[in-house]
Amino acid sequence: MTRKQKRLAVIGGGVAFLVAAVLLVMFAFSQSIAYFYVPGDIAKANLSPGTRIRLGGLVENGTVKRGEGSTITFTVTDTLATVPVTYTGILPDLFREGQGVVAEGAFGMDGLFVADTVLAKHDETYMPKDVADRLKAQGVELSGKETIK
Amino acid sequence: MIIELGHYALVLALATVIIQSVLPLVGTIRNDRSLMAVAPAAALAGFLLVLFSFSVLTFAYVVSDFSVANVWENSHSLKPMIYKISGVWGNHEGSMLLWLLILVFFSALVSTFGSNLPERLRANVLAIQGLISTAFALFILLTSNPFIRLSPAPAEGQDLNPVLQDIGLAIHPPLLYLGYVGFSICFSFAIAALIEGRIDAAWARWVRPWTLAAWSFLTAGIAMGSYWAYYELGWGGWWFWDPVENASFIPWLAGTALLHSALVMEKREALKIWTVLLAILTFSMSLLGTFLVRSGVLTSVHAFATDPTRGVFILAILVFFIGGALSLFAFRAATLKAGGLFAPISREGALVLNNLILTTAAATVLTGTLYPLVLEALTGEKISVGPPFFNLTFGLLMLPLLLAVPFGPLLAWKRGDIFAAGQRLFAAVAVGLVVSAGVVYMHGGGPVLAYFGIAIGFYMIAGSVTDLALRAGIGKVKPNVAFRRLVGLPGSAFGTALAHTGVGVMVVGVIAVTAFETEHVVEMKPGMQVEAGGYTLTFDGMRRGQGPNYTEESGHFTVARGGVTVTDIWSSKRLYTARRMPTTEAGIRTFGLSQLYVSLGDAMADGGIVVRVWWKPMILCIWIGALIMMAGGVVSLCDRRLRVGAPQKARKLKPALEAAE
Repeated sequence: MTRKQKRLAVIGGGVAFLVAAVLLVMFAFSQSIAYFYVPGDIAKANLSPGTRIRLGGLVENGTVKRGEGSTITFTVTDTLATVPVTYTGILPDLFREGQGVVAEGAFGMDGLFVADTVLAKHDETYMPKDVADRLKAQGVELSGKETIK
Repeated sequence: MIIELGHYALVLALATVIIQSVLPLVGTIRNDRSLMAVAPAAALAGFLLVLFSFSVLTFAYVVSDFSVANVWENSHSLKPMIYKISGVWGNHEGSMLLWLLILVFFSALVSTFGSNLPERLRANVLAIQGLISTAFALFILLTSNPFIRLSPAPAEGQDLNPVLQDIGLAIHPPLLYLGYVGFSICFSFAIAALIEGRIDAAWARWVRPWTLAAWSFLTAGIAMGSYWAYYELGWGGWWFWDPVENASFIPWLAGTALLHSALVMEKREALKIWTVLLAILTFSMSLLGTFLVRSGVLTSVHAFATDPTRGVFILAILVFFIGGALSLFAFRAATLKAGGLFAPISREGALVLNNLILTTAAATVLTGTLYPLVLEALTGEKISVGPPFFNLTFGLLMLPLLLAVPFGPLLAWKRGDIFAAGQRLFAAVAVGLVVSAGVVYMHGGGPVLAYFGIAIGFYMIAGSVTDLALRAGIGKVKPNVAFRRLVGLPGSAFGTALAHTGVGVMVVGVIAVTAFETEHVVEMKPGMQVEAGGYTLTFDGMRRGQGPNYTEESGHFTVARGGVTVTDIWSSKRLYTARRMPTTEAGIRTFGLSQLYVSLGDAMADGGIVVRVWWKPMILCIWIGALIMMAGGVVSLCDRRLRVGAPQKARKLKPALEAAE
């Protein structure tokens, strides 16, 4: 090979690698992005069972029930609509009724939301940014320690 | 009074770093040596002033002076002393002051140890450092002043966020910042080279130790942070692809690439323009990381600062330095002459491959981190990019790199022989396959890919040993000659082998934990048992306890193997009284390199408690691997070659030592 051909081969290899990386990133995005919803959006969204989403809102007061072993059910609300959620595992330290929560998972065939990850706010006054934005957009007054009575 | 002195020292420091940034630049333009000579003195003065200011803030924390708003917000008189001190950087204002302190510390290092740098280069480097220091000193004074007073002074503080009250967090930020901010030196050297329009192997020899030092600190800092998240958050995970973790990981990837490209430049004078660009990009990623973490644009575990004015200010700093540096690069890069030629299959070629993959990986992580922010800004749609994205893209991109790593050091400069290198690696491949087969025999089951991964890890470790053995000529010459040769090898050879071994060890840990960990979530009552990793845990009951600033409920577990009690584990939930905030203190026991991890959940009405038990096989390899990598960096740093003028210093030192005796 001449020097020019060698250089072309190197540049070609590099470009091919970058193209492969870009395709990989696009594929991974299409597979693993989870959109964020609040309960009020769910009815409109027409989600097929098994589509991963993040469900955000407040844990409705009086809905947290512990079932068999470590399975827990609770209801997420944005004051307009509610979605029942089941979760198996240990809830975060800061999970509490009336507080902000983000549950990641999918709707099952029976229409029940099964979460595999539950994130709760990180300190006394914190509310997941997504939740706060959506709730504000829907006219729910938020103060530092918001609870829905 | 002392607080105002600290505040005043910070204002003086701002004035000093402004002088440090302006006068030397004017000096290099006018060729005025006296103006250039201002730089080292100003840098030292700036360092001492910021150090004083930082000490004053630390003092306020130590004596719990709640008249200072920052202390009141983040401290408590009952807090143990070490967390009073670490509380200084456990909050936004204090951690920015630490950032600045480390920045001026590096400037001071350049002025102290840079006496044999070319005069103009040193003046320019320190001027750029001064410019960065000016931006951050302004940022602190205008938007994040830690010295604001409260009147009347409250009687008691609000305490530090309890998850931050931990020895891991006492050490993690300083290490991380030493890495992050250390790359500023590479940046300043790159800008200085662009201003001068001149760059050579000596430049690379200057930049490499700084890169190595920063990289070693960053490696340690990230590993420390990962271990902290692992044991303190109680979720049993060691890496979450959290945006804040990514913010430190992207500069690490770019810095690792820089480390390797600077090597090519130093040895072969090739890749000059690329190395300069990479030096700019690495520190740009550090700045971007600072922006992501400090502006509050992210909602994550670490986001304990939210204030838009700060975000806009850091964004302005970001745009000024990255934009300015890249424009300068665009104008001046053409003046840097390209250097040595090389064949695609050569040591240079291998290092180019390393750079290609590492920078692509950095870009991928960056894309995944920023995409949700950009999409929300543009369309208002809210998405999350989770671990599956990063695991898939990053994992696949790393695979060819891991396979290629042992080849690199075996290829010759300029033109290498890949088949000969492959033949020499037969033994390493065999080691990988044999160990992997052994794991299949002992463990069985599990995904095939996991065994492949373990084989790669051991292949990398064995490949590094092969490189050292070949260099020493083990098997070819007499053992004593080979031993002498081995000892005589340059530090950088050991550094390379160590760092690559560390990667291999880490790969083994990551694969073993990912594929073979077991997790049980069970509701337990006293007397009940659960199995994990061949151990039987018996739950004995709960106990109430009281710490200096918290109350806790602890569960006691007896650990037995084959009916014989081996050890016991306490796992607890704490409630920090000042903030009414609960935390989980996981119970962790180490067996060799593996760990049992017990985390408590909620108590049930019927007296039971939800318990989560993990068996984490070989998990310590992850952090031990990182430590070995860091050790590799330190060993490389000790290479004589990097200590320009070392022999003269040794001669000067001898009489001094004799005089001391």
